[in-house]
Amino acid sequence: MQYMLMFFENEAEIAAQRDHVERTGPYWDAWNAYVGALYGSGIVLKGDPLMPPATATTVRLEGGKRMVQDGPVAATKEQLGGYVVIDVPDLDAALSWAARCPAASHGAVEVRPVLHLPTQR
Amino acid sequence: MDGSLHEQGQRAAENAARTSYGRLLAYLARQWRDVAAAEDALAEAFSRALDIWPVQGVPANPDAWLMVAARNRLRDGVRASKTREKTMSSLLVLAPTESEETPAIADKRLELMFVCGHPAIDPAARTPLMLQTVLGLTAERIASSFLVSPDAMARRLSRAKARIKDTGIAFEVPEENELEERMGDVLEAIYAAYGQGWDSTGSDDRTRKGLTEEAIWLARVLVELRPADAEALGLLALMLFCESRSAARRVDGRYVPLADQDTALWTLSMAREAEDRLRVAGGLKQPGRFQLEAAIQSALVQSRLTGADLRLPIWTLHGLLAQKAPTIGNLVGLAAAAADVHGPEAGLRELAQLPEVLTMEYQPFWALKAQLLQQLGADPQGTATAFSRAIGLTEDGAVRAYLIGKSTQQTGSL
Repeated sequence: MQYMLMFFENEAEIAAQRDHVERTGPYWDAWNAYVGALYGSGIVLKGDPLMPPATATTVRLEGGKRMVQDGPVAATKEQLGGYVVIDVPDLDAALSWAARCPAASHGAVEVRPVLHLPTQR
Repeated sequence: MDGSLHEQGQRAAENAARTSYGRLLAYLARQWRDVAAAEDALAEAFSRALDIWPVQGVPANPDAWLMVAARNRLRDGVRASKTREKTMSSLLVLAPTESEETPAIADKRLELMFVCGHPAIDPAARTPLMLQTVLGLTAERIASSFLVSPDAMARRLSRAKARIKDTGIAFEVPEENELEERMGDVLEAIYAAYGQGWDSTGSDDRTRKGLTEEAIWLARVLVELRPADAEALGLLALMLFCESRSAARRVDGRYVPLADQDTALWTLSMAREAEDRLRVAGGLKQPGRFQLEAAIQSALVQSRLTGADLRLPIWTLHGLLAQKAPTIGNLVGLAAAAADVHGPEAGLRELAQLPEVLTMEYQPFWALKAQLLQQLGADPQGTATAFSRAIGLTEDGAVRAYLIGKSTQQTGSL
């Protein structure tokens, strides 16, 4: 089964990421180790970290009118910081990997099955 | 006056829920051979008690009252619905009266535990089922502790209950010839609950606290019901030893390994009780895996408290344990004990023998390997890799921070 793990980070973590561009310190140590373990088990299909939510731009068409807004879709406390798509036997295995994520300790990890369209294989 | 009567009634109902739930459910489920129906009926009886006791006063025998109410409900053959549309007056009519014959409620929790740990029940459902039926924990609470979705846990539990009903699993203490094996399943289920709780003690959030207290409670019930079972005593002792150190495992949110723990933070009364239970178990002359684990804990406690060097006996005990129960956890424990006695190379040799498929995602393996390699100091690259793997597999934020600290110590010293 394929699952997407979406990593939602809190403000402190987002700041830690931004403030340590050299990619050192506990924030990056934890993430590098986690991502290393994920890839080390050979279950990752794809995945990326994202630039901080402040760099987001959101587009909507309201009544045909273009609405472009700086920032993410919703200004919530926890923001999407990255994702991976993994292939594991079942939801339990996906939840185990979600629990190991540094984001689970401070923010949240959303686990969603990937929807396969009939044309995909 | 009215207010205090109200409070009294409420408190009595809540108290009964905590102390009698398992006993009442075991009795009802055994009579009706339908755990789910008994649960519904009992839930209805409790909610009725919460309505009536605060108004009418607490009955002389609350358990008997709840039992009659639940039994009436079961006799009606009507499954309680979650929406409660009953008016107060009909509730009062339906309520059992004091004059009604009060049945003697025999304690059938042991039988219920054997049903929950029955080989015909999905192993993944046994522990949750026990927590739900004997202690009355909710599916949501159990699901979180086992890192399973609440929906999936609810389904798993109802499937297990349907299976009990359909297969007609007997509510009996097994015959002597299969007792030992079946008892082993029951003990495993209780220990699994403790393990889930222990893993999540990192959480500071009280509501998300693990299941350690519940597991100890289950073991106490078991020991009360089977006082001459050495392994049940051993399991209780083991959990009490571990629990006695829980306050010292975290200081200001930081993880503290056993060797560095401040023994003043240990709950010695708990460790003493563990010691007593283990002694009683030893006198019964039925050696077993939980007694061995408790004996290891006992030795660890002794060596920290008295400063005595008990590394050799601890290693011997680990060897016996790994023989009896060669689980990955016990084998990694044996490697750690070997390293303590014979040095890091010996520990690494033991680790190297373990099959990769078992160790790949097993955090304690990588944490031990990293620390042994670090002690040797000969392979900085391998050390860093092992630390990284251990950190990446850690769920507990405090342990993660501890390992990150450890791994950078090495970089600093090189």
